[in-house]
Amino acid sequence: MTVEAMIQASRAPMPVGLPVRLDEVSVRFPSAAGPLEALRGLTLDIPAGSLTVIIGPNGCGKSTLLRLIAGLLQPAEGSVQIGEGVGAEPRAGDGRVGLAFQQPRLVPWLTILDNVALPLTFKLVSHAPLVAARPGSLPADVGMKLLRRTPADVARTLAQAALDRVGLTDAAKLRPSELSGGMAQRAGIARALITDPPILLLDEPFSALDALTREGFDGELQRLWMDRPQTVVLVTHSVSEAVRMADRIVVMTARPGAVARVIPVDLPRPRPATLTGDQTAAGIDAATRAALAEVHPPELTPWVDR
Amino acid sequence: MRRLATALISLAAFLVAWKVLTVVTGTPDYILPAPEVVGERALRAIGSGLLWEHTSVTLTEILLGLAVGAATAIAVGTALGKSVVVERVLSPYIVAAQSVPILALAPLLDIWFGGGLLARVLICALIVFFPIAIATMVGIRAADPLLVEMFRSLGATPGQRTTRLEIPSALPVIFGGLRVGVTLAVIGAVVAEWAGASSGLGVLINIADQGLFDTPLMFVALATLAIIGIGLHGLVVSVERRLVVHP
Repeated sequence: MTVEAMIQASRAPMPVGLPVRLDEVSVRFPSAAGPLEALRGLTLDIPAGSLTVIIGPNGCGKSTLLRLIAGLLQPAEGSVQIGEGVGAEPRAGDGRVGLAFQQPRLVPWLTILDNVALPLTFKLVSHAPLVAARPGSLPADVGMKLLRRTPADVARTLAQAALDRVGLTDAAKLRPSELSGGMAQRAGIARALITDPPILLLDEPFSALDALTREGFDGELQRLWMDRPQTVVLVTHSVSEAVRMADRIVVMTARPGAVARVIPVDLPRPRPATLTGDQTAAGIDAATRAALAEVHPPELTPWVDR
Repeated sequence: MRRLATALISLAAFLVAWKVLTVVTGTPDYILPAPEVVGERALRAIGSGLLWEHTSVTLTEILLGLAVGAATAIAVGTALGKSVVVERVLSPYIVAAQSVPILALAPLLDIWFGGGLLARVLICALIVFFPIAIATMVGIRAADPLLVEMFRSLGATPGQRTTRLEIPSALPVIFGGLRVGVTLAVIGAVVAEWAGASSGLGVLINIADQGLFDTPLMFVALATLAIIGIGLHGLVVSVERRLVVHP
């Protein structure tokens, strides 16, 4: 691609966020004891530019739901759509979705910098203008370097900027085995953010972080999202994190997973790390816990008197 | 440094044991020559150029055979690892070729390919092929499925997945196959020379054994083959240490 073509491409209008629609979706996995039904008849609309938090009991299909949206899995029944019209079905790796996995899945023989740069090295030509089109997403000079440097240099420059954003500036030359669990998760998030996708899927991305770092990252994610509202779907087990982050909380039933309740979170932003004393937040927290208690399978809660 | 010292001590102990054996048993030189007799014969063979004349031929066969065999094996092993259909089609032939003794195949290849360097390189490549191909296949299939899914989610093409994930993650196993293959290459070269050649260490062993009854020269040729094997094995280990990052 010529420099002129890259400039032209960077001027093309890019969707900040895309809507996602799951319609009567069922997913079954083969197992020794017969097909295992992970999701059954799940219907969910995720508006463009919303921050949706998914919460539910262990094994209810939260990660399966994200893999469906990412195009890594096909539903046995029902349909999944990203955006509108022709070509709305998800396709893995088409650049519309960024996914931070539950385990960071870093390539062990690459440095952290190269791990984060990985998506750009696969599809540099299509991603570079996309990143350039969002000048606010990166330090100003990075956009200029994009047009001057060789592709490998561009990828590394952007990767270093992404590492800076997640507080891993000094970890660029380390290998994954040299990172703590929390640092590895942050590297995984940096890799998901680097292509600036319209849809960002985060599968318990902060689970290995200590409480204070986690609150800090929630705040940083909220700030990034407010600057440029991508469609974010965040899976968590923490009710307080759900209330702190969400536009709406989707509570899932136990396996086979479906939507049990959608709880809107109508709280002003930016929200502080703790919402103690906020009556509305306390109400949402209580409603979420009540919904979770209803869907929790008895074998997982033997201490509850039923 | 410590590794070198250990190797030298081990070599010295071996030579002493060998010398003691010849003294205690009183075995004549044409059956088991003493180490100093072999050493003296080696110096004469080096001085006259005889040893290098034959060693250079064998070394050429080994290096070319190893290069051809390993390159083909890694390519075929990758295809076997990635496609069950390819495995079903090719496996019987690969196993059959490996099951037939190379000693029996060598004269046939010698006839087919004209008895020159090409035939000997092919025999060498054939014996090297199997362990490296199987190691590559196993290594490719052992790629972490979570990383494979991550590559898919990032939009890697199947080719990028192979070259940047599956082959790099298979490297420790491929090097295991190469370590076996490199020693087999030495055997392959000698077998190929026995099938029909006018020079090479295999030929030198035959001349020393059947023509001259020069047992010390046989030992010199055998020791040279052993040194080539150890040297190439060391080279593979050294490249492995540089290329393979252990998590």
